[in-house]
Amino acid sequence: MANNPAAPPRRTRLGEWLRQPGVLVALPTTLFLLVGFAGPLVIVVVYSFMPPRTFSMFQAPTLANFVSVVTDSYYISFFWSFALATVTVGLLLLVCYPIAYGMAKLFGKWANLVTVLVALPLLISENIRLFGWVLILLKNGILDGSLQIMFGLSIPSLLYTVPAIVLGLVYVYLPFMLFPLVIGLSMVPDSLKEAASDLGATRLQVFREVELPLAMPGILIGAMLTFILSLGSLAESKILGGQAVVMIADDIESAFTFAQNWPKGSVLSVMLIAFSGALIFIVFRRIDLDRIIGRR
Amino acid sequence: MDGPRSSIAKLLIVLWTLVILAFLYMPMFSVVLASFTKKRYFSFPITAWDTRWYEKAMASLSVRDLIATSLSVAVTVTIFSVVLGFCSALAFARYDWKGRKLFQKLILLPIFFPQAVLGLALLLWFSNIGIITSWKTAAFAHMIWIVPIVTLIMSIQVYSFDPALEEAAFDMGASRWQVLKEITLPILSPGIVSGAIFAFLLSWGNFPLSLFSTGADQTVPEWLYAKMVSGYTPMVPTLGSLTMGAAALMVILVYLGFQLRRLRRP
Repeated sequence: MANNPAAPPRRTRLGEWLRQPGVLVALPTTLFLLVGFAGPLVIVVVYSFMPPRTFSMFQAPTLANFVSVVTDSYYISFFWSFALATVTVGLLLLVCYPIAYGMAKLFGKWANLVTVLVALPLLISENIRLFGWVLILLKNGILDGSLQIMFGLSIPSLLYTVPAIVLGLVYVYLPFMLFPLVIGLSMVPDSLKEAASDLGATRLQVFREVELPLAMPGILIGAMLTFILSLGSLAESKILGGQAVVMIADDIESAFTFAQNWPKGSVLSVMLIAFSGALIFIVFRRIDLDRIIGRR
Repeated sequence: MDGPRSSIAKLLIVLWTLVILAFLYMPMFSVVLASFTKKRYFSFPITAWDTRWYEKAMASLSVRDLIATSLSVAVTVTIFSVVLGFCSALAFARYDWKGRKLFQKLILLPIFFPQAVLGLALLLWFSNIGIITSWKTAAFAHMIWIVPIVTLIMSIQVYSFDPALEEAAFDMGASRWQVLKEITLPILSPGIVSGAIFAFLLSWGNFPLSLFSTGADQTVPEWLYAKMVSGYTPMVPTLGSLTMGAAALMVILVYLGFQLRRLRRP
Protein backbone atom coordinates (compact mmCIF):
# COMPACT_ATOMS: atom_id res chain seq x y z
CA MET A 1 0.00 0.00 0.00
CA ALA A 2 2.90 2.31 0.71
CA ASN A 3 4.19 1.90 -2.83
CA ASN A 4 0.90 2.48 -4.58
CA PRO A 5 1.87 3.21 -8.20
CA ALA A 6 -1.24 5.31 -8.78
CA ALA A 7 -0.18 7.82 -6.13
CA PRO A 8 0.97 11.25 -7.35
CA PRO A 9 4.72 11.03 -7.94
CA ARG A 10 6.07 14.07 -6.08
CA ARG A 11 5.52 14.19 -2.35
CA THR A 12 7.70 15.24 0.56
CA ARG A 13 9.67 12.48 2.23
CA LEU A 14 7.96 13.11 5.56
CA GLY A 15 4.55 12.84 3.94
CA GLU A 16 5.55 9.56 2.34
CA TRP A 17 6.84 8.18 5.61
CA LEU A 18 3.63 9.21 7.40
CA ARG A 19 1.51 7.33 4.87
CA GLN A 20 2.91 3.93 5.77
CA PRO A 21 0.25 1.87 7.62
CA GLY A 22 2.79 1.01 10.31
CA VAL A 23 3.34 4.68 11.11
CA LEU A 24 -0.38 5.36 11.25
CA VAL A 25 -1.05 2.65 13.82
CA ALA A 26 2.04 3.63 15.83
CA LEU A 27 0.88 7.23 16.07
CA PRO A 28 -1.84 7.12 18.80
CA THR A 29 0.32 5.35 21.39
CA THR A 30 3.35 7.44 20.49
CA LEU A 31 1.40 10.67 21.05
CA PHE A 32 -0.06 9.29 24.28
CA LEU A 33 3.37 8.38 25.63
CA LEU A 34 4.81 11.74 24.57
CA VAL A 35 2.18 13.49 26.68
CA GLY A 36 2.10 11.02 29.57
CA PHE A 37 5.69 9.79 29.76
CA ALA A 38 8.15 12.10 28.00
CA GLY A 39 6.41 15.26 29.25
CA PRO A 40 6.57 14.40 32.96
CA LEU A 41 10.21 13.32 32.62
CA VAL A 42 11.14 16.68 31.13
CA ILE A 43 9.34 18.41 34.01
CA VAL A 44 11.30 16.38 36.56
CA VAL A 45 14.57 17.32 34.88
CA VAL A 46 13.55 21.00 34.83
CA TYR A 47 12.58 20.90 38.52
CA SER A 48 15.92 19.39 39.45
CA PHE A 49 17.55 22.69 38.43
CA MET A 50 15.14 24.93 40.36
CA PRO A 51 16.10 26.55 43.69
CA PRO A 52 15.39 24.31 46.73
CA ARG A 53 11.87 24.27 48.16
CA THR A 54 10.21 26.08 45.28
CA PHE A 55 7.05 25.01 43.53
CA SER A 56 7.35 27.05 40.36
CA MET A 57 9.44 25.96 37.40
CA PHE A 58 10.16 29.36 35.89
CA GLN A 59 13.15 30.56 37.89
CA ALA A 60 16.85 30.91 37.27
CA PRO A 61 18.35 27.42 37.08
CA THR A 62 20.78 26.39 39.81
CA LEU A 63 22.89 23.38 40.70
CA ALA A 64 22.19 23.80 44.42
CA ASN A 65 20.11 20.61 44.68
CA PHE A 66 22.74 18.45 43.04
CA VAL A 67 25.36 19.84 45.42
CA SER A 68 23.19 19.27 48.50
CA VAL A 69 22.32 15.70 47.43
CA VAL A 70 25.95 14.78 46.83
CA THR A 71 27.17 16.34 50.10
CA ASP A 72 24.25 15.02 52.15
CA SER A 73 23.93 11.45 53.41
CA TYR A 74 21.92 10.22 50.44
CA TYR A 75 24.78 7.98 49.38
CA ILE A 76 23.62 5.63 52.15
CA SER A 77 20.24 4.99 50.57
CA PHE A 78 21.84 4.72 47.12
CA PHE A 79 24.25 2.20 48.56
CA TRP A 80 21.43 0.14 50.10
CA SER A 81 19.37 0.23 46.93
CA PHE A 82 22.29 -0.94 44.78
CA ALA A 83 23.37 -3.57 47.31
CA LEU A 84 19.87 -5.01 47.72
CA ALA A 85 19.25 -4.96 43.96
CA THR A 86 22.55 -6.76 43.30
CA VAL A 87 21.85 -9.45 45.89
CA THR A 88 18.32 -9.86 44.54
CA VAL A 89 19.51 -10.35 40.95
CA GLY A 90 22.16 -12.86 42.06
CA LEU A 91 19.67 -14.89 44.09
CA LEU A 92 17.09 -14.77 41.30
CA LEU A 93 19.60 -16.11 38.77
CA LEU A 94 20.38 -19.04 41.07
CA VAL A 95 16.72 -19.73 41.90
CA CYS A 96 15.33 -19.35 38.37
CA TYR A 97 18.00 -20.94 36.18
CA PRO A 98 17.15 -24.59 36.97
CA ILE A 99 13.41 -23.89 36.60
CA ALA A 100 13.93 -22.05 33.32
CA TYR A 101 16.07 -24.94 32.08
CA GLY A 102 13.31 -27.38 33.04
CA MET A 103 10.65 -25.27 31.33
CA ALA A 104 12.68 -24.86 28.14
CA LYS A 105 14.03 -28.40 27.83
CA LEU A 106 12.44 -30.94 30.16
CA PHE A 107 8.83 -30.28 31.11
CA GLY A 108 7.27 -30.50 27.63
CA LYS A 109 3.60 -29.62 27.78
CA TRP A 110 3.78 -29.13 31.56
CA ALA A 111 5.87 -26.02 30.90
CA ASN A 112 2.68 -24.17 29.94
CA LEU A 113 1.10 -25.00 33.27
CA VAL A 114 4.18 -23.76 35.14
CA THR A 115 4.08 -20.54 33.08
CA VAL A 116 0.45 -19.92 34.02
CA LEU A 117 1.06 -20.73 37.70
CA VAL A 118 4.01 -18.33 37.88
CA ALA A 119 2.17 -15.57 35.98
CA LEU A 120 -1.10 -15.67 37.96
CA PRO A 121 0.25 -14.09 41.16
CA LEU A 122 1.26 -11.06 39.06
CA LEU A 123 -2.43 -10.30 38.77
CA ILE A 124 -2.75 -9.97 42.54
CA SER A 125 -1.73 -6.71 44.14
CA GLU A 126 1.87 -6.68 45.35
CA ASN A 127 0.69 -5.30 48.69
CA ILE A 128 -1.54 -8.27 49.42
CA ARG A 129 1.20 -10.76 48.61
CA LEU A 130 3.76 -8.91 50.71
CA PHE A 131 1.26 -8.77 53.55
CA GLY A 132 1.14 -12.58 53.35
CA TRP A 133 4.86 -12.57 54.17
CA VAL A 134 4.21 -10.27 57.11
CA LEU A 135 1.80 -12.90 58.48
CA ILE A 136 4.39 -15.63 57.95
CA LEU A 137 7.37 -13.81 59.46
CA LEU A 138 5.55 -12.09 62.33
CA LYS A 139 6.31 -12.92 65.98
CA ASN A 140 3.74 -15.66 66.72
CA GLY A 141 3.16 -15.71 62.98
CA ILE A 142 2.87 -18.76 60.76
CA LEU A 143 6.59 -19.67 60.67
CA ASP A 144 7.17 -18.99 64.36
CA GLY A 145 3.94 -20.73 65.39
CA SER A 146 4.66 -23.82 63.28
CA LEU A 147 8.18 -24.16 64.69
CA GLN A 148 6.80 -23.88 68.23
CA ILE A 149 4.29 -26.66 67.61
CA MET A 150 6.67 -28.99 65.77
CA PHE A 151 9.96 -28.45 67.59
CA GLY A 152 8.99 -26.36 70.57
CA LEU A 153 11.48 -23.66 69.68
CA SER A 154 10.74 -20.00 69.36
CA ILE A 155 12.60 -17.79 66.90
CA PRO A 156 13.00 -14.03 67.00
CA SER A 157 10.82 -12.15 64.53
CA LEU A 158 12.39 -11.98 61.06
CA LEU A 159 10.14 -9.12 60.11
CA TYR A 160 11.66 -5.65 59.65
CA THR A 161 15.13 -6.95 58.81
CA VAL A 162 17.29 -6.66 55.71
CA PRO A 163 16.88 -10.38 54.77
CA ALA A 164 13.10 -9.87 54.90
CA ILE A 165 13.40 -7.10 52.30
CA VAL A 166 15.56 -9.32 50.06
CA LEU A 167 12.99 -12.10 50.43
CA GLY A 168 10.24 -9.69 49.37
CA LEU A 169 12.22 -8.47 46.35
CA VAL A 170 13.08 -12.01 45.22
CA TYR A 171 9.48 -13.05 45.71
CA VAL A 172 7.86 -10.16 43.85
CA TYR A 173 10.27 -10.01 40.90
CA LEU A 174 10.75 -13.76 40.32
CA PRO A 175 8.57 -13.91 37.16
CA PHE A 176 10.53 -11.05 35.60
CA MET A 177 13.70 -13.14 35.82
CA LEU A 178 12.15 -16.52 35.03
CA PHE A 179 10.34 -15.68 31.77
CA PRO A 180 13.29 -13.98 30.00
CA LEU A 181 15.51 -16.90 31.09
CA VAL A 182 13.05 -19.41 29.60
CA ILE A 183 13.04 -17.51 26.30
CA GLY A 184 16.84 -17.27 26.37
CA LEU A 185 17.34 -20.97 27.10
CA SER A 186 14.84 -22.08 24.46
CA MET A 187 16.97 -20.22 21.92
CA VAL A 188 19.79 -22.74 22.56
CA PRO A 189 19.51 -25.58 20.01
CA ASP A 190 19.96 -29.05 21.58
CA SER A 191 21.87 -30.23 18.51
CA LEU A 192 24.63 -27.74 19.22
CA LYS A 193 25.11 -28.98 22.78
CA GLU A 194 25.12 -32.59 21.61
CA ALA A 195 27.67 -31.73 18.94
CA ALA A 196 29.87 -30.08 21.55
CA SER A 197 29.75 -33.08 23.89
CA ASP A 198 30.32 -35.49 20.98
CA LEU A 199 33.48 -33.55 20.24
CA GLY A 200 34.64 -34.24 23.78
CA ALA A 201 33.52 -31.16 25.73
CA THR A 202 32.78 -31.73 29.42
CA ARG A 203 29.42 -30.77 30.93
CA LEU A 204 30.93 -27.62 32.37
CA GLN A 205 32.46 -26.71 29.02
CA VAL A 206 29.16 -27.23 27.20
CA PHE A 207 27.48 -25.00 29.79
CA ARG A 208 30.11 -22.28 29.63
CA GLU A 209 30.96 -22.31 25.94
CA VAL A 210 27.59 -23.15 24.33
CA GLU A 211 24.60 -22.73 26.63
CA LEU A 212 25.51 -19.51 28.45
CA PRO A 213 26.55 -17.43 25.41
CA LEU A 214 23.51 -18.47 23.38
CA ALA A 215 21.09 -17.86 26.25
CA MET A 216 22.77 -14.53 27.06
CA PRO A 217 20.07 -12.21 25.57
CA GLY A 218 17.48 -13.73 27.91
CA ILE A 219 19.83 -13.65 30.89
CA LEU A 220 20.69 -10.01 30.22
CA ILE A 221 17.06 -8.93 29.89
CA GLY A 222 16.08 -10.79 33.06
CA ALA A 223 18.98 -9.37 35.05
CA MET A 224 18.43 -5.83 33.78
CA LEU A 225 14.69 -5.96 34.41
CA THR A 226 14.93 -7.29 37.96
CA PHE A 227 17.82 -4.98 38.82
CA ILE A 228 15.95 -1.86 37.71
CA LEU A 229 12.70 -2.94 39.34
CA SER A 230 14.45 -3.69 42.65
CA LEU A 231 16.39 -0.43 42.50
CA GLY A 232 13.19 1.61 42.26
CA SER A 233 11.08 -0.52 44.61
CA LEU A 234 9.11 1.07 47.42
CA ALA A 235 6.59 -1.35 48.91
CA GLU A 236 9.02 -4.17 49.81
CA SER A 237 11.25 -2.08 52.05
CA LYS A 238 8.29 -0.32 53.66
CA ILE A 239 6.07 -3.34 54.34
CA LEU A 240 8.71 -5.97 55.15
CA GLY A 241 11.61 -3.72 56.15
CA GLY A 242 9.89 -1.23 58.41
CA GLN A 243 12.66 1.18 59.39
CA ALA A 244 15.51 -1.32 58.81
CA VAL A 245 16.90 0.51 55.79
CA VAL A 246 15.84 3.46 53.68
CA MET A 247 15.90 2.78 49.96
CA ILE A 248 16.19 5.48 47.35
CA ALA A 249 12.50 5.41 46.39
CA ASP A 250 11.67 6.10 50.06
CA ASP A 251 13.90 9.17 49.99
CA ILE A 252 12.28 10.38 46.78
CA GLU A 253 8.82 9.89 48.22
CA SER A 254 9.56 11.73 51.45
CA ALA A 255 11.28 14.61 49.62
CA PHE A 256 8.09 15.11 47.63
CA THR A 257 5.61 14.55 50.46
CA PHE A 258 6.81 15.28 54.02
CA ALA A 259 9.71 17.58 53.15
CA GLN A 260 7.76 19.38 50.40
CA ASN A 261 11.05 19.85 48.54
CA TRP A 262 10.16 19.07 44.95
CA PRO A 263 13.52 20.11 43.46
CA LYS A 264 15.41 17.77 45.78
CA GLY A 265 13.06 14.87 45.03
CA SER A 266 13.54 15.65 41.34
CA VAL A 267 17.33 15.47 41.62
CA LEU A 268 17.12 12.05 43.27
CA SER A 269 14.66 10.91 40.60
CA VAL A 270 16.91 12.18 37.81
CA MET A 271 19.85 10.23 39.24
CA LEU A 272 17.80 7.05 39.46
CA ILE A 273 16.37 7.58 35.97
CA ALA A 274 19.79 8.32 34.47
CA PHE A 275 21.25 5.15 35.89
CA SER A 276 18.32 2.94 34.87
CA GLY A 277 18.24 4.55 31.43
CA ALA A 278 21.94 3.91 30.87
CA LEU A 279 21.53 0.27 31.86
CA ILE A 280 18.53 -0.18 29.54
CA PHE A 281 20.46 1.47 26.71
CA ILE A 282 23.47 -0.81 27.12
CA VAL A 283 21.35 -3.97 27.18
CA PHE A 284 18.98 -2.93 24.38
CA ARG A 285 21.87 -2.25 22.02
CA ARG A 286 22.86 -5.88 22.23
CA ILE A 287 19.50 -7.53 21.52
CA ASP A 288 16.97 -7.86 18.72
CA LEU A 289 13.38 -7.87 19.97
CA ASP A 290 11.92 -9.46 16.81
CA ARG A 291 14.06 -12.51 17.42
CA ILE A 292 13.16 -12.81 21.09
CA ILE A 293 9.43 -12.10 21.09
CA GLY A 294 8.53 -13.19 17.57
CA ARG A 295 11.04 -16.08 17.41
CA ARG A 296 11.77 -15.11 13.84
CA MET B 1 23.76 -37.64 28.08
CA ASP B 2 21.15 -40.00 29.50
CA GLY B 3 22.09 -41.94 32.55
CA PRO B 4 21.34 -42.26 36.24
CA ARG B 5 23.03 -38.92 36.86
CA SER B 6 20.86 -36.96 34.48
CA SER B 7 17.65 -38.56 35.73
CA ILE B 8 18.57 -37.51 39.26
CA ALA B 9 19.23 -34.01 37.94
CA LYS B 10 15.85 -34.05 36.25
CA LEU B 11 14.12 -35.12 39.46
CA LEU B 12 15.89 -32.36 41.39
CA ILE B 13 14.77 -29.76 38.86
CA VAL B 14 11.16 -30.93 39.13
CA LEU B 15 11.32 -30.86 42.95
CA TRP B 16 12.89 -27.41 42.96
CA THR B 17 10.16 -26.11 40.63
CA LEU B 18 7.48 -27.46 42.97
CA VAL B 19 9.18 -25.87 45.98
CA ILE B 20 9.30 -22.47 44.25
CA LEU B 21 5.66 -22.75 43.15
CA ALA B 22 4.71 -23.44 46.77
CA PHE B 23 6.85 -20.43 47.76
CA LEU B 24 4.88 -18.26 45.30
CA TYR B 25 1.49 -19.26 46.66
CA MET B 26 2.29 -19.51 50.38
CA PRO B 27 1.76 -15.81 51.21
CA MET B 28 -1.59 -15.69 49.42
CA PHE B 29 -2.69 -18.78 51.29
CA SER B 30 -1.61 -17.11 54.55
CA VAL B 31 -3.75 -14.05 53.81
CA VAL B 32 -6.83 -16.23 53.25
CA LEU B 33 -6.07 -18.14 56.45
CA ALA B 34 -5.76 -14.90 58.43
CA SER B 35 -9.05 -13.57 57.09
CA PHE B 36 -10.97 -16.30 58.96
CA THR B 37 -9.44 -15.70 62.35
CA LYS B 38 -11.57 -14.42 65.18
CA LYS B 39 -8.93 -12.49 67.08
CA ARG B 40 -8.22 -8.88 66.36
CA TYR B 41 -4.46 -9.49 66.03
CA PHE B 42 -3.23 -12.44 64.05
CA SER B 43 -1.37 -15.27 65.75
CA PHE B 44 -0.68 -18.80 64.64
CA PRO B 45 -1.93 -21.50 65.20
CA ILE B 46 -5.42 -20.07 64.82
CA THR B 47 -7.57 -21.07 67.78
CA ALA B 48 -10.89 -19.50 66.90
CA TRP B 49 -12.38 -19.24 63.42
CA ASP B 50 -14.88 -16.67 62.32
CA THR B 51 -16.39 -15.09 59.22
CA ARG B 52 -17.59 -11.90 60.84
CA TRP B 53 -14.91 -9.78 59.13
CA TYR B 54 -16.43 -10.76 55.81
CA GLU B 55 -19.87 -9.67 56.99
CA LYS B 56 -18.41 -6.37 58.19
CA ALA B 57 -16.57 -5.81 54.90
CA MET B 58 -19.71 -6.52 52.89
CA ALA B 59 -21.74 -4.10 54.98
CA SER B 60 -19.15 -1.33 55.09
CA LEU B 61 -19.87 1.73 52.99
CA SER B 62 -16.24 2.80 52.84
CA VAL B 63 -15.30 -0.60 51.40
CA ARG B 64 -17.92 -0.06 48.72
CA ASP B 65 -16.40 3.31 47.92
CA LEU B 66 -12.94 1.78 47.62
CA ILE B 67 -14.20 -0.92 45.30
CA ALA B 68 -16.15 1.58 43.20
CA THR B 69 -13.03 3.76 42.77
CA SER B 70 -10.82 0.79 41.89
CA LEU B 71 -13.42 -0.46 39.42
CA SER B 72 -13.78 2.91 37.71
CA VAL B 73 -10.02 3.14 37.27
CA ALA B 74 -9.63 -0.44 36.06
CA VAL B 75 -12.51 -0.31 33.56
CA THR B 76 -11.31 3.00 32.07
CA VAL B 77 -7.77 1.67 31.81
CA THR B 78 -8.95 -1.55 30.16
CA ILE B 79 -10.97 0.18 27.45
CA PHE B 80 -8.29 2.68 26.47
CA SER B 81 -5.40 0.23 26.78
CA VAL B 82 -7.04 -2.33 24.51
CA VAL B 83 -7.64 0.24 21.75
CA LEU B 84 -4.20 1.85 22.00
CA GLY B 85 -2.47 -1.49 22.56
CA PHE B 86 -4.14 -3.04 19.52
CA CYS B 87 -2.91 -0.24 17.25
CA SER B 88 0.60 -0.28 18.61
CA ALA B 89 0.81 -4.09 18.51
CA LEU B 90 0.16 -3.87 14.77
CA ALA B 91 2.92 -1.27 14.52
CA PHE B 92 5.16 -3.44 16.72
CA ALA B 93 4.78 -6.77 14.95
CA ARG B 94 2.64 -6.63 11.80
CA TYR B 95 3.86 -3.84 9.54
CA ASP B 96 7.35 -3.23 8.30
CA TRP B 97 8.14 0.46 8.47
CA LYS B 98 11.12 2.70 8.88
CA GLY B 99 11.60 3.45 12.56
CA ARG B 100 9.97 0.25 13.79
CA LYS B 101 13.04 -1.06 15.66
CA LEU B 102 13.29 2.22 17.54
CA PHE B 103 9.55 2.24 18.26
CA GLN B 104 9.77 -1.31 19.68
CA LYS B 105 12.40 -0.24 22.18
CA LEU B 106 10.96 3.15 23.12
CA ILE B 107 7.51 1.75 23.81
CA LEU B 108 8.97 -0.69 26.35
CA LEU B 109 10.68 2.02 28.41
CA PRO B 110 7.67 2.77 30.66
CA ILE B 111 7.51 -0.90 31.72
CA PHE B 112 11.05 -0.78 33.08
CA PHE B 113 10.63 2.61 34.65
CA PRO B 114 10.46 2.83 38.48
CA GLN B 115 6.73 3.22 39.05
CA ALA B 116 6.88 5.33 42.19
CA VAL B 117 9.09 7.84 40.37
CA LEU B 118 6.76 7.83 37.38
CA GLY B 119 3.82 8.51 39.71
CA LEU B 120 5.63 11.50 41.24
CA ALA B 121 6.68 12.84 37.85
CA LEU B 122 3.04 12.69 36.79
CA LEU B 123 2.01 14.50 39.97
CA LEU B 124 4.36 17.38 39.03
CA TRP B 125 3.04 17.29 35.47
CA PHE B 126 -0.63 17.42 36.52
CA SER B 127 -0.09 20.20 39.05
CA ASN B 128 1.78 22.29 36.47
CA ILE B 129 -0.94 21.89 33.86
CA GLY B 130 -3.51 22.69 36.52
CA ILE B 131 -5.31 19.34 36.65
CA ILE B 132 -6.64 18.28 40.04
CA THR B 133 -5.79 14.65 40.73
CA SER B 134 -8.63 12.15 41.12
CA TRP B 135 -9.37 8.59 39.99
CA LYS B 136 -9.29 9.86 36.40
CA THR B 137 -5.67 10.98 36.64
CA ALA B 138 -4.90 7.63 38.29
CA ALA B 139 -6.37 5.87 35.25
CA PHE B 140 -4.14 8.01 33.03
CA ALA B 141 -1.10 7.11 35.15
CA HIS B 142 -1.90 3.38 35.02
CA MET B 143 -2.23 3.50 31.24
CA ILE B 144 1.34 4.74 30.77
CA TRP B 145 2.54 1.51 32.31
CA ILE B 146 -0.22 -0.79 31.08
CA VAL B 147 -0.50 0.23 27.39
CA PRO B 148 3.07 -0.99 26.70
CA ILE B 149 2.38 -4.27 28.52
CA VAL B 150 -0.83 -4.82 26.55
CA THR B 151 1.08 -3.99 23.36
CA LEU B 152 3.63 -6.66 24.20
CA ILE B 153 0.97 -9.29 24.97
CA MET B 154 -0.96 -8.57 21.79
CA SER B 155 2.24 -8.48 19.72
CA ILE B 156 2.91 -12.12 20.54
CA GLN B 157 -0.42 -12.97 18.89
CA VAL B 158 0.21 -10.59 15.98
CA TYR B 159 3.59 -12.19 15.20
CA SER B 160 1.83 -15.49 14.51
CA PHE B 161 -0.76 -13.81 12.26
CA ASP B 162 -0.38 -14.44 8.53
CA PRO B 163 -0.67 -11.14 6.57
CA ALA B 164 -1.52 -13.17 3.44
CA LEU B 165 -5.04 -13.64 4.84
CA GLU B 166 -5.62 -9.87 4.86
CA GLU B 167 -4.16 -9.52 1.39
CA ALA B 168 -6.39 -12.29 0.05
CA ALA B 169 -9.44 -10.44 1.41
CA PHE B 170 -8.27 -7.19 -0.18
CA ASP B 171 -7.81 -9.00 -3.51
CA MET B 172 -11.37 -10.27 -3.31
CA GLY B 173 -12.56 -6.69 -3.05
CA ALA B 174 -13.08 -6.24 0.70
CA SER B 175 -12.80 -2.72 2.07
CA ARG B 176 -10.25 -1.84 4.76
CA TRP B 177 -13.01 -1.76 7.41
CA GLN B 178 -14.40 -5.14 6.28
CA VAL B 179 -10.95 -6.73 6.47
CA LEU B 180 -10.49 -5.38 10.00
CA LYS B 181 -13.93 -6.62 11.11
CA GLU B 182 -14.02 -9.98 9.33
CA ILE B 183 -10.38 -11.08 9.31
CA THR B 184 -8.01 -9.19 11.58
CA LEU B 185 -10.13 -8.78 14.74
CA PRO B 186 -11.52 -12.37 14.88
CA ILE B 187 -8.08 -13.94 14.39
CA LEU B 188 -6.43 -11.69 16.95
CA SER B 189 -9.27 -11.92 19.48
CA PRO B 190 -7.49 -14.30 21.92
CA GLY B 191 -4.65 -11.80 22.17
CA ILE B 192 -7.13 -8.97 22.65
CA VAL B 193 -8.94 -10.81 25.46
CA SER B 194 -5.67 -11.70 27.22
CA GLY B 195 -4.56 -8.09 26.88
CA ALA B 196 -7.84 -6.87 28.38
CA ILE B 197 -7.57 -9.26 31.36
CA PHE B 198 -4.02 -8.16 32.07
CA ALA B 199 -4.98 -4.51 31.73
CA PHE B 200 -7.90 -4.88 34.14
CA LEU B 201 -6.13 -6.89 36.81
CA LEU B 202 -2.83 -4.98 36.67
CA SER B 203 -4.74 -1.75 37.09
CA TRP B 204 -6.90 -3.23 39.85
CA GLY B 205 -3.85 -4.30 41.83
CA ASN B 206 -1.53 -1.39 41.12
CA PHE B 207 -0.23 0.53 44.11
CA PRO B 208 2.87 2.63 43.33
CA LEU B 209 1.26 4.57 40.49
CA SER B 210 -1.99 5.14 42.37
CA LEU B 211 -0.20 6.35 45.49
CA PHE B 212 0.60 9.77 44.01
CA SER B 213 -2.05 10.16 41.34
CA THR B 214 -5.43 9.53 42.98
CA GLY B 215 -5.68 12.75 44.98
CA ALA B 216 -8.60 12.56 47.39
CA ASP B 217 -9.88 9.26 45.95
CA GLN B 218 -8.53 5.99 47.30
CA THR B 219 -8.17 2.61 45.60
CA VAL B 220 -8.23 -0.77 47.36
CA PRO B 221 -4.41 -1.32 47.23
CA GLU B 222 -3.81 2.17 48.64
CA TRP B 223 -6.18 1.53 51.53
CA LEU B 224 -4.56 -1.86 52.23
CA TYR B 225 -1.12 -0.25 52.29
CA ALA B 226 -2.25 2.57 54.58
CA LYS B 227 -3.72 0.05 57.03
CA MET B 228 -0.66 -2.22 56.90
CA VAL B 229 1.72 0.62 57.72
CA SER B 230 -0.44 2.08 60.50
CA GLY B 231 -3.81 1.31 62.04
CA TYR B 232 -4.04 -2.40 61.29
CA THR B 233 -7.53 -3.87 61.11
CA PRO B 234 -8.52 -7.51 60.40
CA MET B 235 -10.34 -6.09 57.41
CA VAL B 236 -6.94 -6.08 55.63
CA PRO B 237 -6.72 -9.86 55.07
CA THR B 238 -10.48 -9.95 54.47
CA LEU B 239 -10.48 -7.36 51.70
CA GLY B 240 -7.25 -8.90 50.36
CA SER B 241 -8.89 -12.34 50.18
CA LEU B 242 -11.99 -10.90 48.52
CA THR B 243 -9.99 -9.23 45.74
CA MET B 244 -7.91 -12.39 45.24
CA GLY B 245 -11.09 -14.43 44.98
CA ALA B 246 -12.57 -12.04 42.43
CA ALA B 247 -9.38 -12.13 40.33
CA ALA B 248 -9.29 -15.94 40.45
CA LEU B 249 -12.95 -16.13 39.42
CA MET B 250 -12.33 -13.81 36.50
CA VAL B 251 -9.35 -15.80 35.24
CA ILE B 252 -11.27 -19.09 35.54
CA LEU B 253 -14.29 -17.70 33.65
CA VAL B 254 -12.10 -16.43 30.81
CA TYR B 255 -10.27 -19.76 30.66
CA LEU B 256 -13.60 -21.61 30.43
CA GLY B 257 -14.68 -19.17 27.72
CA PHE B 258 -11.58 -19.99 25.68
CA GLN B 259 -12.17 -23.73 26.11
CA LEU B 260 -15.81 -23.39 25.02
CA ARG B 261 -14.77 -21.45 21.94
CA ARG B 262 -12.30 -24.18 21.03
CA LEU B 263 -14.97 -26.89 21.44
CA ARG B 264 -17.50 -25.04 19.30
CA ARG B 265 -15.07 -24.68 16.45
CA PRO B 266 -15.55 -27.38 13.76
